[in-house]
Amino acid sequence: MTTASAPVLEIRDLSVSFPTETGTVSAVDGVSLDLAAGEIVGMVGESGCGKSVTAMSIAGLLPGSARVTGSVRLDGAELVGARESALRRVRGREIAYIFQEPMTSLNPVLTVGRQIGEVLQVHERMSRRAARARAVELLTLVGIPSAAQRVDGYPHQLSGGMRQRVMIAMAVACGPKVLVADEPTTALDVTVQAGILQVLRDLRDRLGTSVLIITHDLGVIADIADRVVVMYAGRVVERAPVDDLFAHPRHRYTAGLLSASPQPGRHAGTDRLTEIPGLVPVLASQPDACTFADRCPAADEQCRAAAPPLEGIGGTDHVAACWHPCTAAPTAAQGANR
Amino acid sequence: MARYLLTRAWQSALTLLLSTIVVFVGVRALPGDPALALAGEDRSPEALEAIRRHYGLDQPLPVQFAQYVERMAQGDFGVSIRTGTPVSSMLTTALPVTVELSVLAILIAAALGVGAGVLAAVRRGRPAEWLANGLALIGLSVPHFWLGLLAILYLSVATGLFPASGFVPILEDPVDNLHHIVLPAVILGTGLAAIIMRQTRSAMLDSLSSDYVRTAKAKGLRPRAVITRHALRNSLIVVVTVVGLQLGGLISGAVVTEQIFGLPGFGKMTIDAVFQRDYPVIQAVVLLTAAAYIVINFFVDLLYSVIDPRIRVTGDPA
Repeated sequence: MTTASAPVLEIRDLSVSFPTETGTVSAVDGVSLDLAAGEIVGMVGESGCGKSVTAMSIAGLLPGSARVTGSVRLDGAELVGARESALRRVRGREIAYIFQEPMTSLNPVLTVGRQIGEVLQVHERMSRRAARARAVELLTLVGIPSAAQRVDGYPHQLSGGMRQRVMIAMAVACGPKVLVADEPTTALDVTVQAGILQVLRDLRDRLGTSVLIITHDLGVIADIADRVVVMYAGRVVERAPVDDLFAHPRHRYTAGLLSASPQPGRHAGTDRLTEIPGLVPVLASQPDACTFADRCPAADEQCRAAAPPLEGIGGTDHVAACWHPCTAAPTAAQGANR
Repeated sequence: MARYLLTRAWQSALTLLLSTIVVFVGVRALPGDPALALAGEDRSPEALEAIRRHYGLDQPLPVQFAQYVERMAQGDFGVSIRTGTPVSSMLTTALPVTVELSVLAILIAAALGVGAGVLAAVRRGRPAEWLANGLALIGLSVPHFWLGLLAILYLSVATGLFPASGFVPILEDPVDNLHHIVLPAVILGTGLAAIIMRQTRSAMLDSLSSDYVRTAKAKGLRPRAVITRHALRNSLIVVVTVVGLQLGGLISGAVVTEQIFGLPGFGKMTIDAVFQRDYPVIQAVVLLTAAAYIVINFFVDLLYSVIDPRIRVTGDPA
């Protein structure tokens, strides 16, 4: 669970922009991130901060109109700008995805077994029969009861949580090095959510898969992640080990996110949740300034004049891009409750 | 599944019975006494009475209806007023022509339409889509009687590649039969292809932007597998619906094409019957058209449940 070994996935200075009718929209700006073997990294941020775009760009799944620069290396092999045929060999076999809506993400007219088997047929050259047999094993692995019957069922015959387990079974079918889970629990209720997170943890422990989990839910991050990356308006604004981040958020945005989340022991009346005013801006280009400045209580001239670099204090692996980082924990309550 | 089938079969039978009643009542509600029309010059009460007795018109309506259904079940649709030939024998010559023309036309239309529709959706915003859209617009806006006339002019009269009119039964000479039917089938099919193309394209665009297609791509499937197995399979409901409606329409509606190419089909028979007020023939035509729609609808519903497993569940609560 440490980052000591060489990273499986190295993202360096990844930027993504989309041409639209009203001009270019910059979705991701200079994102760098490492994922070590067997590590679970959480990526958190509001809607529209570039989390999903980052996730999709890893295996080149963005639409053709997207302009992607920078570098994504899987075990040293460059994926940005790689040929489509090379990317197809990576997708589903080395980098697998789980998406938010298990209902719509599964094909309604194909059996569960067929959809899982498909991955094995294309990547492992398995026969249809062998793939089906393996699908049963995989369904058992992700905790689906009576898998031998379920394998011939259709997605609509399963509950939301079961469908998401099918998605996971499909994702881990070829034993991928990296699992990208884009809001895997958002559409599920809390008890089901806990079950899904447990499945992901188990798979990491058993198969050594690295997981990049994307969410806007700090509770999920706290539950499962080893390290956290906080994104804001397309940039990484803070990166830290999970306990460190919750105890001592350094970026003003992270602190704001934490004080906007309910915690046990905090009650309305004595300790109200504080929201961050305003919305994530949609940027045509990335300015040389802190993009959070307009919503930040501590912003001054410096924040609007230059983009703060992502740096740590005293060489720790806790880094933040803020000219005026929080020194003491401003939300002591969260630190205490962790 | 079996239960779904039974339900649908039962519904179809009921619909057929209802259409029979409508046709029966409709014909009898027409003004004028059929006995008077049949009597001709001799309009003595005795003659009229004899005619009524002969055709069963003196019986109460429910009895007449029962007899009517019974006769139809035996394939007896009565006798044409104008020609005196049994309607059933007219049908046995006319129906095969129309069925062959319709099936051939719909096959051509489906092949062209689905192919072009998928291509237009996959190559969105590129020349292939513009070409497919342009051709579809032409297919929709050019009346096919005109297209038929052009085809006769250039491919039959000028070059002699195809016969301009006429029909040879398939059992008599299959090659000659195809030679006669291919041109009208292509002309008929191209217009229908345009509609199928449009519907396929829009259904495919929906499917291609869906989450399950994103999943399929993320699995590393080849584009062909993504397009056919995932996107097209989910678009087939739309395609089957359109094709089914068109086929039903063709059985009764290939009138213009049959007229132009001089094919002795169902459409031509209908037109002649309408102009000559040949009620027994009209009655049979209306009923058969209704039956064709009902049967096709039944098969379309059957196909729905094959394509989409969720539909099986709606009809089968078990």
